[in-house]
Amino acid sequence: MTHPVLILGARSDMARATARAFAALGHPIQLAARNADSMQMEKADLETRYGVEVTLHDFDALDVEGHEGFVDGLPVLPRIAVCAVGTMGEQEENEKDPAKAVAVLRSNFEGPAIVFGVLADRFANRGSGTLVGISSVAGDRGRASNYVYGSAKAGFTAFLSGLRNRLAKQNVHVVTVKPGFVNTAMTAHLDLPAKLTAEPDEVADAIVKAVKKQRNIIYVRPIWWLVMSIICAVPEMIFKKTSI
Amino acid sequence: MQLTGWGNFPKRTTQLTAPRTEAEVAEQVTEGRAIARGNGRSYGDSAIGAVRTLDMRRFDRMLSFNAATGQLVAEAGVMLSDVIDSFLPRGWFPMVTPGTKLITLGGAIAADVHGKNHHVDGSFRACVDWIDLMGPDGSVTRCSRDENSDLFGWTIGGMGLTGVILRCAIRLRSVKSGWIRQTMIPAANLDEAISAFEDNMAATYSVAWIDCAAKGAALGRSLVMLGEHAEPGEVPPRYRATPFKAPRRRKKTFPMNAPGFALNPLSVRAFNALYFWNGARQEGQQIIDWDGYFYPLDAILKWNRLYGRKGFMQFQCVLPQDRAREGLHRLMSAISDSGQASFLSVLKRFGPQDSPFSFPMEGYTLALDFPRHPRAIALMPELDAITLDNGGRFYLAKDSRVPADTFATADPRAAAFAQWRRENGLADAFASAQSERLHL
Repeated sequence: MTHPVLILGARSDMARATARAFAALGHPIQLAARNADSMQMEKADLETRYGVEVTLHDFDALDVEGHEGFVDGLPVLPRIAVCAVGTMGEQEENEKDPAKAVAVLRSNFEGPAIVFGVLADRFANRGSGTLVGISSVAGDRGRASNYVYGSAKAGFTAFLSGLRNRLAKQNVHVVTVKPGFVNTAMTAHLDLPAKLTAEPDEVADAIVKAVKKQRNIIYVRPIWWLVMSIICAVPEMIFKKTSI
Repeated sequence: MQLTGWGNFPKRTTQLTAPRTEAEVAEQVTEGRAIARGNGRSYGDSAIGAVRTLDMRRFDRMLSFNAATGQLVAEAGVMLSDVIDSFLPRGWFPMVTPGTKLITLGGAIAADVHGKNHHVDGSFRACVDWIDLMGPDGSVTRCSRDENSDLFGWTIGGMGLTGVILRCAIRLRSVKSGWIRQTMIPAANLDEAISAFEDNMAATYSVAWIDCAAKGAALGRSLVMLGEHAEPGEVPPRYRATPFKAPRRRKKTFPMNAPGFALNPLSVRAFNALYFWNGARQEGQQIIDWDGYFYPLDAILKWNRLYGRKGFMQFQCVLPQDRAREGLHRLMSAISDSGQASFLSVLKRFGPQDSPFSFPMEGYTLALDFPRHPRAIALMPELDAITLDNGGRFYLAKDSRVPADTFATADPRAAAFAQWRRENGLADAFASAQSERLHL
């Protein structure tokens, strides 16, 4: 298992943990993010800890015209690509400020979908590869507290589902990851329940396992499957009056 | 929020933040009365900020490794367990390690931890080449034996009170396998234990588990354990092909706080007797994997819950070589007479130590833990007095309760440290619950 792994949005806590988990298995790592050059310490860390080769690549998820050039500019087409791009924003701001809403919609859906579309074509041509999209339980049902972010993730979830369906016959696998709450910089300001909150390392381990076992959709903590099943089962008549 | 050390006592209110960048650390530090915290393995109140506590575990990147010198450069939040995971497979092991690997490098430097090889290699200080330290104004200073050597000297063992350790360079030890050749020497009493240490000063590792419940002729009976890094040929045949790979233990987590009665004089006495006789049966040589040899307690996560909700106290002192025998006899007698036997008690011979404020000195160190029970609490002043009588001093990383005047008398260096902190504008910037309690 020494195929290169591409991490998109490599600066996030989940991405860093995922890069470590794959590097620990000996995979060379391609870290892609904006201002990639400022990730020299992350590169040094992976190289020092695991003795693997690490390369840095400038990648702007919102620059969708640049995605083909980005993928074709990689030194080698990766075998596994993980997309950890995304931003939550503040729901209230997302409701009132169209520019903020657009940024959330684009960075959680449009950017990830377009770059995965490009990678999917390259993987399909080669006849191998795994795409791992980090989506969210927030996409399972829109809720007042974060439906802008949630709807973008819902779009990404649907996109991944379609991509998986399309590529199933071409030996390209697609994993949808729904982490639930994760203790990261993005959620640092929130007061999260401990039993429902995973550490970035847990997400990373779950991703590595899901890739190995060719799982389709995973909830990092299984309890989230139950929680979301219940939330999705509530009739709209009742659901619309709740605040969860 | 409320924070404790590993002993679950005391509990103090502090503002806890987990910075990701140096700028975020500086923001906290310039506000004053802050202390850096690693993995929270110091037992008492060392890593609880007087006002602000900085959880440094996000500074967890390794930056470079030089295979010619064994020098690792890493951020302060990197754990010793990470270092072992990454470098033991390549034939390197920490030069100095305490009895847990679940500590950060920053914490190891701040407490200047010691290991079973102190009598040969000294404390953690011996493997530190340089430190990058953030001062009260947020600026970063590199210090080493050649550069800002005063700051370097006080910082190692300075309990985080000289600044925030951001990065360090430490040297690792080259080993031929991940296994240890252990020699077990049962000692029928304290004098035999001391002789075993003195006769084996050339052993790389030596430590004794000591039975605090034994009385009379058996007072201080011990299991003295010596250790050497094993040659590849000594590794058990099943593992010989991969001599750096230890069998993976399934980690167990202590499920909840034990009820107060779980540890009582009777159960502790029974455990100690069992442990001694079981150990005595293993007299002689054995090959043990590194994890089992150095870190037996790490296999039980959250073992501090054994002591229940009220928490526990560590008592660790060191007595100078010329007073050690007499002092240890008095300490052991006081403990066994009180009936408050300690569950886990460790005796260790220290070698010479040359540093401004680190705990070790040439002599013997005794480490004990006691549940926070009124009778055990009542025993502490007696042990403190014996320590003072014999010219001993106390280990800050273990302490949650030594009175300020006792500490100052035992360790005249404390006053010098406090003065140096004032002169260098550090006294208001860096403060822990412990430093305020002990006026450091």
